[in-house]
Amino acid sequence: MITINASTHDNASLCEMIKQAKDDVKISHCLGERFLGVGLKDRYIEIDGTPGNALGAYLNGGSVKVNGNAQDAVGDTMNAGTIVIYGNAGDAVGYAMRGGKIYIKGNAGYRAGIHIKAYKEKFPVIVIGGRCGSFLGEYQAGGLIIVLGLCKSEKNVTGNFPCTGMHGGRVLIRGDVSKITFPEQVSVGEATEEDMNTAMPYIKEFCSLFGYELSEVLGSAFTAVKPNSANPYKQMYVEN
Amino acid sequence: MKADYLYPEFEIIRNEALCTKCRLCEKECSNGVHAFLPEKGILIADSAKCVNCMRCVATCPVHAIKIVKSGADFTYNANWTSDVIREIFKQSATGGVLLSSMGNPKPLPVYWDKILINASQVTNPSIDPLREPMETKVFLGKKPSTVMRDEKGKMILNTPPSLELSLPVMFAAMSYGSISYNAHECLARAATELGTFYNTGEGGLHQNFYKYGSSTIVQVASGRFGVHKDYLEAGAAVEIKMGQGAKPGIGGHLPGSKIVDDVSKTRMIPIGSDAISPAPHHDIYSIEDLRQLVFSLKEATDYKKPVFVKVAAVHNIAAIASGIARSGADAIVIDGFRGGTGAAPTRIRDNVGIPVELALAAVDERLRQEGIRNDVSLIVSGSIRSSADVIKAIALGADACYIATAALVSLGCHLCRNCQSGKCNWGIATQRPELVARLDPDEGSERLVKLLTAWKREIKEFMGAMGINSIEALKGNRLMLRGIGLSETELKVLGIKHAGE
Repeated sequence: MITINASTHDNASLCEMIKQAKDDVKISHCLGERFLGVGLKDRYIEIDGTPGNALGAYLNGGSVKVNGNAQDAVGDTMNAGTIVIYGNAGDAVGYAMRGGKIYIKGNAGYRAGIHIKAYKEKFPVIVIGGRCGSFLGEYQAGGLIIVLGLCKSEKNVTGNFPCTGMHGGRVLIRGDVSKITFPEQVSVGEATEEDMNTAMPYIKEFCSLFGYELSEVLGSAFTAVKPNSANPYKQMYVEN
Repeated sequence: MKADYLYPEFEIIRNEALCTKCRLCEKECSNGVHAFLPEKGILIADSAKCVNCMRCVATCPVHAIKIVKSGADFTYNANWTSDVIREIFKQSATGGVLLSSMGNPKPLPVYWDKILINASQVTNPSIDPLREPMETKVFLGKKPSTVMRDEKGKMILNTPPSLELSLPVMFAAMSYGSISYNAHECLARAATELGTFYNTGEGGLHQNFYKYGSSTIVQVASGRFGVHKDYLEAGAAVEIKMGQGAKPGIGGHLPGSKIVDDVSKTRMIPIGSDAISPAPHHDIYSIEDLRQLVFSLKEATDYKKPVFVKVAAVHNIAAIASGIARSGADAIVIDGFRGGTGAAPTRIRDNVGIPVELALAAVDERLRQEGIRNDVSLIVSGSIRSSADVIKAIALGADACYIATAALVSLGCHLCRNCQSGKCNWGIATQRPELVARLDPDEGSERLVKLLTAWKREIKEFMGAMGINSIEALKGNRLMLRGIGLSETELKVLGIKHAGE
C-alpha cells in the first residue's frame, strides 16, 4: 500500500497520484480534497480525514474507506464497487447510482439516493446507519436504500418528502415512521419477509463493518416503501 | 350517438381512377388510416387517424393519394383559432397536459430572416471559392490567450483539449429512444465521414456505436442514463445537459412503452420502466455546483476531453453564460426556443424561452465585455435551417452550430410533429422494428453527408462574397450583418445596424 500525506499536495496532483498508483492507496491528513477516487475500477483507497465533494464519483469497482466524515455527492453516478464511511455523509449521496454499495455509519444529508436505479445484475444499495435529510430516494428507479436510525435524535429518521417521484426499487426504514409523510405514488407498509431477506446481507455487512449487534439492529420494526407504479406519470398527458 | 368534438384535421383524397388497389398505403401507415373493404373492392381512409406524415403519398406507386387540410374547420377567428379550440376540447375530455413534439411552430419572429449578409463590391474584392483555398475548419474549446515557452524559448504545447470540425456544423443531441437505432447510425456514420460530431443525447451510447467514438459527443443529463466510465471515455467530448430549448426548466420523460429491449440496454434501466430526467440536476443548484460536475467529468476522463454545458436560451442567458464560462466548461451550447424535442408539454414548448439569435448576440457581447470570450466556445442550436443561418450565427458570435431538425428532415422527416406517438412512419422517431427498418442507414448517412457538403459549399460562397477566406475571421464579425424591419431595441440586442446604415 502506498501512503500519501494529502496536506503536502494540491488537489489535482493528489488525484493524479491516486490514478497513477499501481497499488492500494492510503491518504492521510485529508481536508476537503475533491474528486478522490473518481472513476476507479479496482484497488482499495483508505482515507483518514474528511474528503471533499464527489468522492468516488463514477466509481466502477474497487473500494473506498473513509475514516471520518465525507462531504457532498459521494458515489455520484457510481456503477460498481463499495464506499464505506465511518462517519456522516453530506448531500446527494449516491446520486443516480446504478450499482455497488455505500455504507454510512452516521447520518446522510439531503437527497440521499436520489434517482438510484437498478439494471440487470446491477443493484445499488445504500445503508445509512443514522438518520437522513429531506428528499430521501427522490425519483428512485431501482435498488435498495436502508435507513437504520441508530442514533439518538428527537427528529424523524428521515427528513421531509421522502420517496417523491419514486418509480422503482424500495426503501426500508427502521423504527417509527408514524410522523413521516409519504407522497401518493408510494405504498408504505410493514416490511415483508421478502423485503427483509433482500436487505439482510447488507444489514449484516453494515453490522460487521461498524461493530453493531445484528440482534440490536433487528430489534425494531422495519417499514418498506415501494412505488405504486413503474409509470407514475403516464396519465398526466394528452397527445396534441 | 355522442358527438366527437375533434373533427379530422386532414382529409385523404384518393384518385379512384389511378388507384390500383395494391394496398401499399395500408401497409405503410402505422396509424391505421387506410383499410381495404374486400366486399366492395375499394380502399377507404379514416381521416381522423391521419397525422399528415405523407408516407402514403410518398410511397403510392401511382401517385393516387393526396392529403389536404380538412375544410371542416371552426368558424374563422383570429383570436380563438382552430388550434386553441381543439386544445380546449382535448383537455376537457382527458384532464391531461398537452404533449407535443418538434419545435415551436408558432408565428413568432425568426430573426435569421430579418438579418442580411454583406458582400464585397469594388473596394474589397470578393474571393472565388472555386479557385482559392477557403478554410471552414473550426476548433471548439478554450483558446489560451498566452503562449508559454520553456527556458530555450520553445513553445510549450499544452493547449487545452479541443474538437476539430471540418465545418462549423454538428448534429445535436437526440437520444436513442427518442429516435431510432438506424437514425443514430445515420448520424454517427455521417459525422465520421464529414469530419464533424454527433451527440448521443441523454440515452446512453449503443454498444455497436462505440466505434464511432472519435466523432461522438456523449451527453450527461440529470437522469444520468447509460452514464458510466466507459461511456465517458468513448466520446471525444462530454456535454452536460442543463436545459433544452424546447422545454427550458422542464425535465425529460421517456414513457416506459418506449423502453424496449435495446433502448433498455443502452440506458441501463429495466424494460418498461419510465425514464425520468428530473428538471434540474439535483446536485447542481449553483455555478459552484456546476463547476464540480464539470471537473468530476474532467477527472473521470483525465482532462483529455472538452466538457460542454448545454442550456436553454432564457431571459438572463448572458449572466448564466458568464457563470458557465467561469465554471471550467470548454464550450457553452445555447439552445433557442425553436429547438426540437421528441416530446414536451405544448404550453412550455410554445411559450418558454427566447430566440437563439438574441441569446447568442447577448452572450457573445457579455463574454467579450468581461474578457472571457476565449475561455469558451459558443455553439448555438434551436432551428438552424440552412447555411445562411449558420453564416449569420457565426457572424453574431457563434463558433459552431448544432442541427437536429434539419438532419431529421434530411433523413425523411416530414415534420408532422407526432414523435411522441412512437409510430413514426419514416423510421426515425420510433422503436418499432418494422418501422425502423424503413430508414436505410447507408442511404440516410449519405443524404446527411450530401446535405452538409452542400452547406459547406454555400458557406464558402458566402465567405468568398464577403472577401473572407477563413471562417474564424467571420466569428463575431457583426459588421457583415444588417437588420431589416427591426426595431431599435432588436438591433441593439443583436449588435447590428439597420440595412442602409
